Amino acid sequence: MGTMSATADAVDCDVHNAVPRLSALFPFLPDSWVDYCRETGVEGFDPAFYPPGAPLSARPGSRAGEGPPGSDPDVVRAHVLDGAGARYAILNCLYAVQALHNPDWAASMARALNDWQAATWLAADTRFRASIVVSTRDPHAAAQEIERRAGRGFVQVLLPASAPAPLGQRSYWPIYAAAEAADVPVALHPGVGGANPLSPVGWPSHYIEDYACAALTLQSQITSMVAEGVFAAHPGLQVVLLESGVTWLPSLMWRFDKNWKALRREVPWVERPPSHVIREHVLLSTTPFDAPPAIDRAWVDRFLTQLGSVRMLLHAGDYPHWHHGDAPTALLEQLSPAERELVLHGNAARVYRLPEEIGCARGH
Amino acid sequence: MRTGALIDCDVHNAVSSDAELQPYLSTRWRRHMELIGSRTFSPFTKGYAYPKAARFASRRDAWPPTGGLPGSDLEFMKEQLLDAYPVKHAVLNCLYRAPEQRHDAYGAALATAVNNWQVDQWLERDDRLRASITVPFEFPDLAAAEIDRATTCPGFVQVLLYPRTAAPLGRREYWPIYEAACRAGLPIGIHAASTTPGPITATGWPSYYIEDHTGLAVAFQAQVISLIFNGVFDRFPELRVVLLEGGFAWVPALAHRLDALHARLGEEVPDLRYPPSHYLRSHIRITTQPMEEPERPGDLVPLIREVGADLLMFSTDYPHWDFDNPHRAFRTRVPATLHRQIMHDNACATYRLAA
Amino acid sequence: MTGSNRHVVVAAADEIPPGGRKIVHIDGRSVGVFNLGDRYVALRNTCPHEGAPLCEGALSGALTSPRPGEYHYERRGEILRCPWHQWEFDLRTGRSWVDPERLRVRSYSVTCENDHVVLHL
Repeated sequence: MGTMSATADAVDCDVHNAVPRLSALFPFLPDSWVDYCRETGVEGFDPAFYPPGAPLSARPGSRAGEGPPGSDPDVVRAHVLDGAGARYAILNCLYAVQALHNPDWAASMARALNDWQAATWLAADTRFRASIVVSTRDPHAAAQEIERRAGRGFVQVLLPASAPAPLGQRSYWPIYAAAEAADVPVALHPGVGGANPLSPVGWPSHYIEDYACAALTLQSQITSMVAEGVFAAHPGLQVVLLESGVTWLPSLMWRFDKNWKALRREVPWVERPPSHVIREHVLLSTTPFDAPPAIDRAWVDRFLTQLGSVRMLLHAGDYPHWHHGDAPTALLEQLSPAERELVLHGNAARVYRLPEEIGCARGH
Repeated sequence: MRTGALIDCDVHNAVSSDAELQPYLSTRWRRHMELIGSRTFSPFTKGYAYPKAARFASRRDAWPPTGGLPGSDLEFMKEQLLDAYPVKHAVLNCLYRAPEQRHDAYGAALATAVNNWQVDQWLERDDRLRASITVPFEFPDLAAAEIDRATTCPGFVQVLLYPRTAAPLGRREYWPIYEAACRAGLPIGIHAASTTPGPITATGWPSYYIEDHTGLAVAFQAQVISLIFNGVFDRFPELRVVLLEGGFAWVPALAHRLDALHARLGEEVPDLRYPPSHYLRSHIRITTQPMEEPERPGDLVPLIREVGADLLMFSTDYPHWDFDNPHRAFRTRVPATLHRQIMHDNACATYRLAA
Repeated sequence: MTGSNRHVVVAAADEIPPGGRKIVHIDGRSVGVFNLGDRYVALRNTCPHEGAPLCEGALSGALTSPRPGEYHYERRGEILRCPWHQWEFDLRTGRSWVDPERLRVRSYSVTCENDHVVLHL
């Protein structure tokens, strides 16, 4: 692709590794759950959010081999890292174990998934970094899993954007305490549903609606996290919003700030305008971006001013998903070298604690 | 800036007590009102699960000196709104809980009663007033019948729905409402409202009203997504949908998102004749209150232009707490032509009022 | 606060009891006079946001929180909430809660002289 040179050596903050088949996890799963899966005929947890035949689910060429796109580390390495590819890839595995209602089963599947990631992906290439998959059904179990796995290649906690209750609520706080203690950010990613309808007004009819609504769910989640005081209680916590657009954020901040002026007494621990809290604690991946078809520097200036800081943006390719157009690259082309350096490396190096050289000497 | 003649597209007239509606109900439903009364999705007989910023969600100075609820006294409404500002017409959106009734026939009877009460107590008493037809929208056949009935009375300019529905509004079950609205030549208005069968998020019930109120913008966006992708505007090309009180700063980002998705996934919705943004721009109208307040006030005018100069229609939301003052709502200089479009012209076109 | 060159008697002292208020109109200006118990204060009766009659708002307390779930409620009756958008203003200073440096309402000094409440404009 002609875009490769612009992003060569970047940190790609959203790459999706896939489980080839359920049985690939069995070596990492307690026998009782292995037999439970076999005896009940469980067919695996490929996320319904990405219909296998839909063009968004897999870019051309990513359907190599037998498993689903993204399931072969060699193929992903070739497509994402090698040649003019990324310097590091942050893996976000969307195998939808979080949608299970049984809290113990979900937690065991998440542990197995993480151990499989360590053995199959992190061991395969030192340029891979992974996200710790946890279920929100039992936040204490999730916290233990974060403690167990953080470090040694695991640089992030991955939560599903759609949860049984808004993610700011106190029952989830053990997850944030563990992430803060382990010094890893918490990412929210759409794609794992099940707890609630995929739209705020009930179940949509079409896949295109489901996908469009993902940006809305993220808006509800970040509203919840600020209103509930997650960041007041966990000032070191960073939250990364993945694969859900970027350009909606200023409109949310305006509405939220305006309401805060009127209603802050409900949430007196929110001592500053919500936009200030968001800018300090939230980052967003740039694919998809949801920008006009053609953007110029004037548009970018206005957007960045409204967003608040270029330090909130993380470059991402969203492999193997295939979006229309190439707004992220169009954005990069309009950025100054210093801004581009932050989006491609610096912000990721900071939030994921990547080796020093990544944050300073790149991008020239 | 001082404003010239304006159309206020969102004013709330209130039914002060159930007794006011009794003359408009049959014996059977008067008895039902005494026996069972309102059964909505609310856990309480009165009030809301999220208390509003102020009592009855209203301006503290809007309680009529004669007693009764804010918005229940036409004379006081004239003093505070209709005569206080150069209001040429005001569109009444009565939020009495008829549409939220779980008992289908009782909801329909209440809706008819509310509409007849609106004609008697409001439309016939001040010729500046126009009103929206209250309908039991979760029972679309009954809603359509009420639209057909009520449009025989002049003064109704819109059909009123709420954004928090049992299912997304694009779905087929709601189409009889759009069919009836087109028959009557009226737009559909979707107005922020409180009780609802489901939470305001796709991730469960939030804890606070600040989330509920901020979240209204996502409910409106979800309805727009549903209406467009379910082909409602292809099926009903004359249909206009007015979004009331859901904000408008989200429009550009949503339009870009939907167009990009459509370019990639359009094959799933092959009957769609245009890119999604086309439907947004040509079928959707949006009222301004609560006015967007960008961090830099000067960003408002470029935003409005990006949304579309002919999409926005001014509203005060009188007597509610987040009322916008027609003279001060913008907080930035708006070019005169654009200002007149928003304050007056766009509403005249949408509601077919004499310009 | 202001170069006071006009003194206007606006009420008899017992007309505004502690916790009470009186809104007066002087030369086209509307001003709210409040009795806080230990002193009187006066604020312009116009919200700097959208022009609401600010002094008709509810009198509430100062709510802060050291951490989520903990509520400190103090100074009952000294925080004025705008009757429209519910913005909070400190009666003693005229400063808004959310932006005390930049957003405030004009305040006037008030004295009690010979059982009369005197507003200094």
